[in-house]
Amino acid sequence: MSKPVLILGAGSDIARALGHELAAAGHDLYLAGRHPEELEKDARDLQLRYSINARGMFFDALDFDSHQTFYESLEPGPYGLVLAFGLLGEEDQARKTRKHWEKIIHTNYTGCISILTIAANHLEQAGEGFILGISSVAGDRGRKANYVYGSAKAGLSTFLSGLRNRLHSKGVRVITVKPGFVRTRMTRDMDLPARLTASPEQAARDIFKAIIKQKEIVYTRWMWRWIMLVIKCIPERVFKRMSI
Amino acid sequence: MLLSNWNNYPRIEAKLEDLRTEGQALQMLEMNRYCIPRGLGRSYGDCSMNRFVISTPKFCRFISMDSNRGILECEAGASLEHILRVIIPRGWFLPVTPGTSHVTLGGAIASDVHGKNHHLHGAFGSHVLDLRLLTPRGDILNCSRDKDHDIFEAVCGGMGLLGLILSARIRLVPLESVFIRQKTLPAKDLDELMGFFQEYQAGTYSVAWMDCLQKGKKLGRGLFMLGEHCRAGEAPHAELLPPATGGARLPFTPPCRALTNPGIKAFNSLYYTLNSRRKGRSVTDLKSFFYPLDGLRDWNQLYGPQGFLQYQFVLPRCSSGAGLQKILQHIHSFGLHPYLAVLKLLGPGQGPLSFPMPGYTLALDFPIRAGLFSLLNTLDRVVLNLGGRIYLAKDARMQKDMLWQGYPRIKEFLNLKKRLDPENKLSSLQSRRLGICQNPY
Repeated sequence: MSKPVLILGAGSDIARALGHELAAAGHDLYLAGRHPEELEKDARDLQLRYSINARGMFFDALDFDSHQTFYESLEPGPYGLVLAFGLLGEEDQARKTRKHWEKIIHTNYTGCISILTIAANHLEQAGEGFILGISSVAGDRGRKANYVYGSAKAGLSTFLSGLRNRLHSKGVRVITVKPGFVRTRMTRDMDLPARLTASPEQAARDIFKAIIKQKEIVYTRWMWRWIMLVIKCIPERVFKRMSI
Repeated sequence: MLLSNWNNYPRIEAKLEDLRTEGQALQMLEMNRYCIPRGLGRSYGDCSMNRFVISTPKFCRFISMDSNRGILECEAGASLEHILRVIIPRGWFLPVTPGTSHVTLGGAIASDVHGKNHHLHGAFGSHVLDLRLLTPRGDILNCSRDKDHDIFEAVCGGMGLLGLILSARIRLVPLESVFIRQKTLPAKDLDELMGFFQEYQAGTYSVAWMDCLQKGKKLGRGLFMLGEHCRAGEAPHAELLPPATGGARLPFTPPCRALTNPGIKAFNSLYYTLNSRRKGRSVTDLKSFFYPLDGLRDWNQLYGPQGFLQYQFVLPRCSSGAGLQKILQHIHSFGLHPYLAVLKLLGPGQGPLSFPMPGYTLALDFPIRAGLFSLLNTLDRVVLNLGGRIYLAKDARMQKDMLWQGYPRIKEFLNLKKRLDPENKLSSLQSRRLGICQNPY
């Protein structure tokens, strides 16, 4: 196998598009997620199109106990890891039921820490490779519309930043991706402004470029870096009154 | 969202839902009272339009490929462009391809598209080995020429009305080179043009471009183009690489029609003169031969926001000559000129709603403007009286009788429709306009 990449949450729209980019570049792939039968079909598709090896497999981010065994079952061990699972959830429900906010936090944060810790230790030993986490611009500042999700993504971004600091000297790169609006299943019921919205394919190209060009933090589409810069600069005194 | 197909007419408010997996397909059929599958929207009209649309381009995985025998199986949303990208490097090509690669496999089957080789190799459906069809009742039928052959035949050209095509296996043809040997012959009038089709019937690919702005003696003048695949040693040596994808885009959407009569007239004359002088043989690549217009990705916008109509009919061979003359004369008397006209000799057709029949087909692109619809109604009468018919994938406006008289096997189709989809769950604007489905919008 040549430099295999593990994609977690491989059924998501961004991950599927990224799978094509990685496969076209010749990487073998482990496609992991909660619907292995569909992922197996994706794997077959990528094998046929790009003459690489690919496998679909079961992975549940919330089943922390399974993570160690899952990761160690990968033979050969991954050269890179793409963390693409996430749950937007519903803020309304998160205010009312503990089960719902727990699920948001565990999917977007705790589950990530669990699997990334294991992967980081392995890659550190290998002395090469990369970890790419898909966080969100929502983690850059808490907004009333999705602050449970946003706080979990903020935690993930901070974790990735620390991991980057730790692994830099070990030859392992850590990339944080912060998508703005992307037209995916997650956002299909939202009315998104076309100019600021990326297609999953566009987002995947940006992400793939970030891997190639050794970037640390990527926003997709690019303007989100500047939008978020402005949003982050607004004083809390003013921000608390705003509705954005 | 506001939905229209390639010709931007008609335009309706519709909800598109992306299909990704087979499981979703059944859910969508169950959840919605009326819906229609749609691929890349390259038809010219309202055939894949409805208030609710099952959009298939994300349902596009390759399932299997037998590189020794040239058999490919894909999910229905796979585009021909993607298929070519995979099969050309392995030494295979599509047995039939329409004038754009931006169509899906499912769409190519549902419209039973034809190419420049129809007179020899038939339409797309002739090369489908089998297909899996999800019927509105929730059954998945595996149909082929041996199993449920009546359904199989009717699905090819069936405009997505009998069920949702989930996947299909097609037979490919071997490819030795990415080049085409092309021969261009100028014809000074319609007779000469048709004569070339007659003379070069054994040629693999043949098509003619017609300058419809010429009258009198020059009526129907045009360029006849013939193409053959180069053999391995014949053309400049090049790896079997798929055509480059992409293509230019217009820098902005023109707010009005960018193509005008004088512009087209000048272009046509120049095009004809240059090609007549240069006449003879040349070697060209697959993309410029098969998909010249794919180079400008949004050329449909040149017709402006009001859109355009493509009128494509076929006339039986015996009445083609006189019929084409008559049609060109009607066009001149109305003073509404098509901006693009393509003539092609077709061979026999297959399914009940499949378009081809032995004879000449002419495709005419008209900008939409006052008087066009009455011109086309007049042309309809000529076509019908001569025993011809109109291509359903290019139709946005014809009346019921054009279908009922032009397609004599329509009853067969309706019987199958009743059997597979008694509630008319799968229906399009077109199917209601033509009386195939009677349910409300």
